[in-house]
Amino acid sequence: MKTTVKLWIGIGVLALLSPLGLILPEHFKAGDAWGEWGADTFKELVGYIPQGLEKLSSLWSAPIPDYAFKGWEEKGLAGLSFAYITSAVIGIFVTACLVILIAKFLSKKD
Amino acid sequence: MHIPDGYLGPATSGVMYVVMLPIWAVASRVAKKTLKAKQVPLLAIAAAFSFVVMMFNVPIPGGTTGHATGAALAAILLGPWAACIAVTVALVVQALLFGDGGITAIGANCFNMAFIEVFAGYYLYKLISGSSSVTSFRRVIAAGIAGYVAINIAALSAAIMFGIQPLLYKTASGHSLYCPYGLNVAIPAMLGEHMLIFGWVEALITALVIKYLQKQDPSLLEAQEEVSI
Repeated sequence: MKTTVKLWIGIGVLALLSPLGLILPEHFKAGDAWGEWGADTFKELVGYIPQGLEKLSSLWSAPIPDYAFKGWEEKGLAGLSFAYITSAVIGIFVTACLVILIAKFLSKKD
Repeated sequence: MHIPDGYLGPATSGVMYVVMLPIWAVASRVAKKTLKAKQVPLLAIAAAFSFVVMMFNVPIPGGTTGHATGAALAAILLGPWAACIAVTVALVVQALLFGDGGITAIGANCFNMAFIEVFAGYYLYKLISGSSSVTSFRRVIAAGIAGYVAINIAALSAAIMFGIQPLLYKTASGHSLYCPYGLNVAIPAMLGEHMLIFGWVEALITALVIKYLQKQDPSLLEAQEEVSI
């Protein structure tokens, strides 16, 4: 088997295992990454919500925010895990396609 | 390490875009000159790996989370300029589709992870590897150290960006407009957690993948040798 095929299989396995990145933090009661809190969290952290931060934080509404489907908040860890795997697959696919497109574009110009 | 929208003021995020533009331009030019058609699949794999490995949030029990980035690994396999493109694409997809990292902060996040971390990782690996053969154990160690140090330098850079915000933007009442934590908080927090935990995760995945490729297909590790800037 070609190495690239094996590596793609490895990435597929990682996509399937990706919910670990959701479940382990939940299990060990770890919060957000440092510096990646939602705007509301600042009320607890520093007692106020920085004005500029509040305004800019809602600038972009991503189609799959935080690798979770909108309206699935009630579905628990199983639902979140499913959304996480789906996000991984979509993200891997889009990322790989974009890289190949860029590479094609760069090599064609000569 | 994905700085969200709103943490950096407009000047900081603007400057980081301006800094990244020539870097992206050079990366494209170098890739155009040196990237071989047979390397393109590996480039796509490195970008996809970087994307998915960042989804593996590693918890600090009762504290925060963080993750590896695959940036040093991409640099070792593809050279720093091609790796810059690969990690940039992963970061842009994360920001646009998944809201992981801000739109306004794409320049800043790419500077940290697709530039600083990639180049630090690449040159450390080169330096420590020296003239050892591509299948030598020294290269596995070199990859691990490169991953560990590179992600920590990137974390420091992100911490500095966070930390200068209170100096730059304050309201009349003394409240911060953007990230409220200064350098004295941001640097120990970001660097501490990356030195203690996430750096080791990056070291481990970088070293393990290099070890695997040494066995599986050492030619992939040699290919990079011919690519110069």
